[in-house]
Amino acid sequence: MKTFKIGGIHPPENKLSANKTIQVAPLPTQAIVMLGQCLGAPSTPVVEKGSEVKVGTLLAKSSGFVSANLHAPVSGKVVKIDEFIDASGYKKSAVVIDVEGDVWEDAIDRSTTLIKEIKASKEEIIKKIADAGIVGLGGATFPTHIKLTPPPGKTAEVLIINGVECEPYLTSDHQLMMEKGEEIVVGITILMKAIGVNRAIIGIENNKPDAIAHLRKIVAQYSGIEVCPLKVQYPQGGEKQLIDAIINRQVPSGTLPVEVGAVVQNIGTAFAVYEAVQKNKPLFERIITITGKSVKTPCNLLARIGTPFSQLIDFCGGLPNDTAKIVGGGPMMGKALVSVDVPMTKGSSGLLMIPEAEAQRQTIRNCIRCGKCVSACAMGIEPFLLMATSERAMWEEAESAHIMDCIECGSCMFVCPSNRPLLDYIRLGKAKVGAIIRSRK
Amino acid sequence: MNVILITVLMLGLLGAVAAVILYFVAQKFKVFEDPRIDEVQEVLPAANCGGCGFAGCRAFAEACVKADTLDGLFCPVGGNEVMAQVAAAIGQEAVVADPKIAVVRCNGSCENRPHTNMYNGASSCAVAAALYGGETACSYGCLGLGDCEVACEFDALHMNPITGLPEIDEEKCTSCGACVKACPKLIIELRKKGPKSRRIFVSCVNKDKGAVAKKACDVACIGCGKCEKVCEFNAITIENNLAYIDPVKCRLCRKCVEVCPTGAIHELNFPPRKEKETIAPVNQEKAE
Amino acid sequence: MSKFIVSPSPHIHSGNSVQKSMYGVIVALLPALAVSLVFFGLGALIITLTAILSCVIFEYVIQKYLLKGEPTILDGSAILTGLLLAFNVPSNLPIWMMVVGAAVAIGIAKMTFGGLGNNPFNPALAGRVFMLISFPVHMTSWPKPEILPLTYIDAVTGATPLGIMKEGLAKGDSLTNIMTQIPSFTDMLIGKMGGSLGEISAIALLIGFVYLLWKKIITWHIPVSVIGAVAIFTAILHGANPQAYAGPVFHIFTGGLLLGAIFMATDYVTSPMSKTGMLIYGTMIGVITILIRVFGAYPEGVSFAILIMNAFTPLINKYIKPKRYGEILK
Repeated sequence: MKTFKIGGIHPPENKLSANKTIQVAPLPTQAIVMLGQCLGAPSTPVVEKGSEVKVGTLLAKSSGFVSANLHAPVSGKVVKIDEFIDASGYKKSAVVIDVEGDVWEDAIDRSTTLIKEIKASKEEIIKKIADAGIVGLGGATFPTHIKLTPPPGKTAEVLIINGVECEPYLTSDHQLMMEKGEEIVVGITILMKAIGVNRAIIGIENNKPDAIAHLRKIVAQYSGIEVCPLKVQYPQGGEKQLIDAIINRQVPSGTLPVEVGAVVQNIGTAFAVYEAVQKNKPLFERIITITGKSVKTPCNLLARIGTPFSQLIDFCGGLPNDTAKIVGGGPMMGKALVSVDVPMTKGSSGLLMIPEAEAQRQTIRNCIRCGKCVSACAMGIEPFLLMATSERAMWEEAESAHIMDCIECGSCMFVCPSNRPLLDYIRLGKAKVGAIIRSRK
Repeated sequence: MNVILITVLMLGLLGAVAAVILYFVAQKFKVFEDPRIDEVQEVLPAANCGGCGFAGCRAFAEACVKADTLDGLFCPVGGNEVMAQVAAAIGQEAVVADPKIAVVRCNGSCENRPHTNMYNGASSCAVAAALYGGETACSYGCLGLGDCEVACEFDALHMNPITGLPEIDEEKCTSCGACVKACPKLIIELRKKGPKSRRIFVSCVNKDKGAVAKKACDVACIGCGKCEKVCEFNAITIENNLAYIDPVKCRLCRKCVEVCPTGAIHELNFPPRKEKETIAPVNQEKAE
Repeated sequence: MSKFIVSPSPHIHSGNSVQKSMYGVIVALLPALAVSLVFFGLGALIITLTAILSCVIFEYVIQKYLLKGEPTILDGSAILTGLLLAFNVPSNLPIWMMVVGAAVAIGIAKMTFGGLGNNPFNPALAGRVFMLISFPVHMTSWPKPEILPLTYIDAVTGATPLGIMKEGLAKGDSLTNIMTQIPSFTDMLIGKMGGSLGEISAIALLIGFVYLLWKKIITWHIPVSVIGAVAIFTAILHGANPQAYAGPVFHIFTGGLLLGAIFMATDYVTSPMSKTGMLIYGTMIGVITILIRVFGAYPEGVSFAILIMNAFTPLINKYIKPKRYGEILK
């Protein structure tokens, strides 16, 4: 069984919402659409206070090379464009829409018929994806259309589809593969056409045998697509680790995956691409896992962007009393939220409620140089050293110890017997060293 | 006896040979240095704090000796006294600078600024600031994790465990600026020390709209503009819902302190007011 | 509104702790302790308890009154140091020597450097070597193994197989002759031979090794490379001159090699962090051990070998880096 070669850990899976059918979340009464939802520059609003919008109306357009369009997830009236507290506790610009009915833009095909035939040309596909504001739905939210156009001089050989979902608790991709397998595979063929490759590999960890079997059955009808079962190991869903696991190549430090001929896209992204190209549907809703050990009914929801998390939690049986920490995303890489009023964004793959007993970090002790962080590191760097250099503001040393290679997967902190805040300081160091590197140019 | 003699002779010989070698090596690798550098270094405080903008006292001394004028070169720790000695050592005119001191522009103590969440990460302001807005609804104010305290080499800055804010020891502060650099929220400012250490400043850096700021913190500057109007010397400007008092223009009349509705403007080291109506502004606000 | 806890990711932890690792190693040492109680009886018990108690007390007193900090004796590291220290001395050692050894191990080798995690040398070994140099007679006269003896100080003393070998070769005896004087292979496996408390039984130590591997407390790299290096090196020597040099089996199962390779060289704090580094470190320990045993003045060299390589650990950590992702290409 294939897997990546360096480091890795095995956190308890806790997939509480596995095999729960995707439910449609109720519409919010007010949708708060943050303008900065993708990696890169926040979008520029094209509506103003008082504008009437339908579901799928363009709200804000991409404001730079790395940026994406934003569409109305609900129909109704824009009440204000104001600052709103986002997941980070900082105030960011957002478009607030009061919901009236559920009127969709006429161009969107709302039928469920599967359209296999791809009429659009390569350029049309990329334009449609850019127009639909599709970003990487695995969590990094990098605009997809940029990833599909490799830098000049580089050619892609293979498309890798990330169906790993290695984060504990999360099941949204798994459930999407089970329910929308056909659409995903059509989405993959569209992506293959856009990139100009004739080979695609779907990587799925072998803790999801049903998804492996299901997609294998579907891809049998298509040429060039295969399913690759992978041995369970975190962080297999990391782009670099997945490439290593599936095609046995390693992306050189500081370069893009296309350097080794690979383009990686997420399962959710493939589905969104299908909907955008075949159904003219922009990205305004996504699957999100609402889970946690004390949550009454952990579930997978199809929810509109801009829905406050509190509503989704209420739909799943309400906020458990013992909740001490709420994480947007999975427990390894997700972001802790300051409040439940934060709205959903394109990158929200899950919402995890952590009970009191597990929420607090334990007392920090001396580093005992056990080297467990070094063995766990999937990038083969030395977390203990990076933390020590960052803590003492030794940025040159941190840089030469390859701090910028860190993918922030959290494996080092997960295994540390002394509960040291390794990743906290590495992240700080990455920010500082990154700024130093940029200032040199 | 013989053994002792041989031993002494051998060791003595070795020492002599080593001394001769050392002498020649020292001659060969001798580097000429302006003797004034040593003289200047002698009068410097030897704190190596970097407050002057150089890597340490030695680097500063070199810069002083090389420079044509002492303008722009200032040792904040030593102050005018030391700079006068430096000037004397290198035979130049001393440039007198106003003594400065660090002030903390945040009064969001645990009482004034209630917590809305609890931070549980590494105990460092820089880490917390990179993560999120902070434990309170004010995303501008002090994070209270003490990066400034760690940065201070003069033991002049301490976190007050009750208020959760840093406090500056005026006697010890040398205005080296280490805390200013350490604070990720930029709440510490080096301000003119003022006559008899008297100074007035806005103890808030919140740029939110008045209502939002007030909701997050009882003593936030809400940008109402009362101080700007009452100031006779045009020392106060309001930008992004935040007042700033220019220390150069401020004549320490204290009118702004009296009109501030939230008590965000602080006065330090003034004698108590004589008249009855001018009790502390915070109390005034509560009485209304 | 309830206040949520906010912290950077990751939000879950494996539950690993220093304490768990330390107690894990202590559990792995229990079989060896049981064997030594059987063969050395009362002496073993007294020495072990003295060592553990004095280590814990020294650590507590130093942390509390000298460093004025929060004592962390419950993390098990002092208990482990005490146990390992006891395992490295003869069971008829006077109690006061044991206490002095513990004071050196904890006070000098560990706490002066800042406590657990900062000590460059393995504290138990530093204590042991201090005692070996200060009290050479007591530290090199081992009681003969009997079944559950109740004598302590006045036990009948005998030499270790390594001692017999060294003396015999020095006298010019042939190897075949000497081999008849040392215990049989089965005795060496079970532990029926002279030696320090914990080093005698190969089987008990190997059970501990398997337990440590199973609990993932240590990896195989250091023990296997130490033993492998010893095996290869002695095999070469033995092959070159079978009459002057003993073979690998003799060297692996006698003396403190197994105890050292499995429990002392693998000490987290003083061993390298990368896998390659561990292999280099282990191999060098094996080589130095044999150099001392065969060509040096002392019959046994494991302690010195480990301490020497402890000194090289920072250097190994600096220059031997783990294999980095993406390094293979270009």
